[in-house]
Amino acid sequence: MAIPKQSIFGLLGPNGAGKTTLIRIINQIISSDAGTIEINGEPLNPGHVRVIGYLPEERGLYKKMKVGEHLLYFAQLKGLKKKESITKIKHWFKKLDIPDWLDKKVEDLSKGMQQKVQFIGTVLHDPELIILDEPFSGFDPINANIIKDEILELREKGSTIIFSTHRMESVEELCDHIALIDESHKILDGPKKDIKNSHRSQTYLVNHLGAMGALDSHYEILGTNKLEDEILETKVRITDDSDSNLLLKHLINQTKVVGFNELIPSINDIFIQAVKEANNG
Amino acid sequence: MDKILLILKREYISRVKKKSFLLATFLMPILIGGMYALSIYLSVKDSDEEFLIKVIDESGYVGNKIEDKGVAKFEVITGQIDSVKTDVEQGEGFALLYIPELDLYKPKGIELYTMQTPGMELESDVDDAVENALEATKMDNLGLRQNTLDSIKTRISIKSKSLSGEASTAGSSTIAMAIGTISGLLIYMFIMIYGSQVMRAVMQEKTSKIVEILVSSVKPYQLMMGKILGVALVGLTQFALWMILTFAILSIGPMLLDVDPQVAADAASGVSVAGNSGGNAQALEAMDKLNDVLGEINIPLILGAFLYFFLTGYLFNAALFAMVGSAVDSEADTQQFMMPIMMPVIISMMMLGPVLKDPAGDLAFWLSMIPFSAPIIMMVRIPFDVPTWQLILSMLIMIGGFLGTTWMAGRVYRIGILMHGAKVNYKVIFKWMMSKD
Repeated sequence: MAIPKQSIFGLLGPNGAGKTTLIRIINQIISSDAGTIEINGEPLNPGHVRVIGYLPEERGLYKKMKVGEHLLYFAQLKGLKKKESITKIKHWFKKLDIPDWLDKKVEDLSKGMQQKVQFIGTVLHDPELIILDEPFSGFDPINANIIKDEILELREKGSTIIFSTHRMESVEELCDHIALIDESHKILDGPKKDIKNSHRSQTYLVNHLGAMGALDSHYEILGTNKLEDEILETKVRITDDSDSNLLLKHLINQTKVVGFNELIPSINDIFIQAVKEANNG
Repeated sequence: MDKILLILKREYISRVKKKSFLLATFLMPILIGGMYALSIYLSVKDSDEEFLIKVIDESGYVGNKIEDKGVAKFEVITGQIDSVKTDVEQGEGFALLYIPELDLYKPKGIELYTMQTPGMELESDVDDAVENALEATKMDNLGLRQNTLDSIKTRISIKSKSLSGEASTAGSSTIAMAIGTISGLLIYMFIMIYGSQVMRAVMQEKTSKIVEILVSSVKPYQLMMGKILGVALVGLTQFALWMILTFAILSIGPMLLDVDPQVAADAASGVSVAGNSGGNAQALEAMDKLNDVLGEINIPLILGAFLYFFLTGYLFNAALFAMVGSAVDSEADTQQFMMPIMMPVIISMMMLGPVLKDPAGDLAFWLSMIPFSAPIIMMVRIPFDVPTWQLILSMLIMIGGFLGTTWMAGRVYRIGILMHGAKVNYKVIFKWMMSKD
């Protein structure tokens, strides 16, 4: 599995697939039974701790500590100097629109606020590789958007982001690359666009008024749904080398077409399909 | 190493700033000082107070011999017992001591009438005074004089020396016993209190889920060691502050109470009571003996050994406590794992008696070579002059034991802290310990 530089890499897989284990291996929390990991061509070594920022799924803070002290502690553990850390903490507070929380105790913050502090703790030391495990859990839509924008900005600035989640809509939105693993095996890997393209099946959704007659042998009707206002929705698949223009032309003669769209599989569908296939095969 | 220091620092500062720490640290010496002050106050106050006791002596043995004693002042009067009783009721004097006609060798029927119940001190003073008076009468009858009696009395103090001729032992055995027991007890307390603090801290880090963030920056072993050492430093700080504050209060206290420190010290150690009883010589002798014994005890050795066993005993056990904390999810689950850690420590406390009886015996020797019991048992033995090779061996064993438990604990810890909701038993812990890196 290769993670391209300066990309947002979606690490997907069903529960128990081994995502967290892989992430822990990259973080050198546990060691691998087999295989090797390289960062920038170098075999994984203790020095890499400094260039990685990790936001685990299971995360917490010391409740009795002050926010400022806490972030300083995280930064120092990563090897940052005290003065540098404080400048960075203030910078991030401003960036995330956080009031002056330095002297506030962690236990006085709401869950969402604590999550923000944890996110800052993850990126404070400008890591080249950022590993986020379910980063949006606990955020309201507004804060989730703020974090999303920050993730995109971090990539623009050169960071590589490994993003592990079960929320497929955020994968659609954010990821450039994805890898799907199951039972510690890779079952799908590549740029999101390519994967989506390869899962296209020449199927179109046609919205129309009035019944659709039988189509000729190039096309197959997969099913019809009734939508509101007498509009029907029919799924049509092209079975040979015909294309969408020819299909549309053919359909116009059969019924009154009010909508025509290619059915592009969602990551969600691809996920389910791929895992099913892997389990059956 | 830098990271261990960072962790240590955080652990230390967050603990030292806690209200409970400050309260315990400053309240304890004040409590001790307060108790001390109270005892001084009471003894000084008591000695000022006097009770006038009227004596009716019908026997003729007491009246002309009785002398004031302690808080009791006597006034021998003649008169009818009933009328004197009425006088006492009306506030003339505190009590009436009635001595009927009696057999000098079987005195019976002596009574003390009071309005208020007399205190223990007064009662014993009156007792002593009457006894002294009766004894004086007997001596007169026998033609004995006090100085004849004094010259017969003989006091000796045997000093036993070890064959090597070094420190003496038996003469100091009471003091040695006290020093040994107190140091053993302190070490025991330190291990239990701070060991379980380490356990709770590890468990909290695990349950609050902060630990995974931490171990992505530091090695689990560093995290564990930082914690153990941080708590150790907190313990030492508290101990040092207790010592300093207690001494400060004990030396400043008497000044505030406007009492001569020497008097205060005497009063607190009960010497003044002995002094009042006319046994001044006896008291001085006891003091001399105490100084003798203290001179014979190797104080630097005891302090050094105490600090050493205090620390190594804690480190040995704290690693085990950390191991338990990392393996469980809640306080309730700790019970089954705590037993095997606590039992050896508790058993060594129970062995104090047998060891004190024979500080050089086999039991004492072997217990001071087992890391679980060595800190407590060795401290008990040291005031009784332990062979140097045994002391050094025991010290080395503590280092080995400490390295052993931290190694074991580190291996369990690195896996345990990431395991949530797993069913943990001894088999599982053993498996973690043995699993490869």
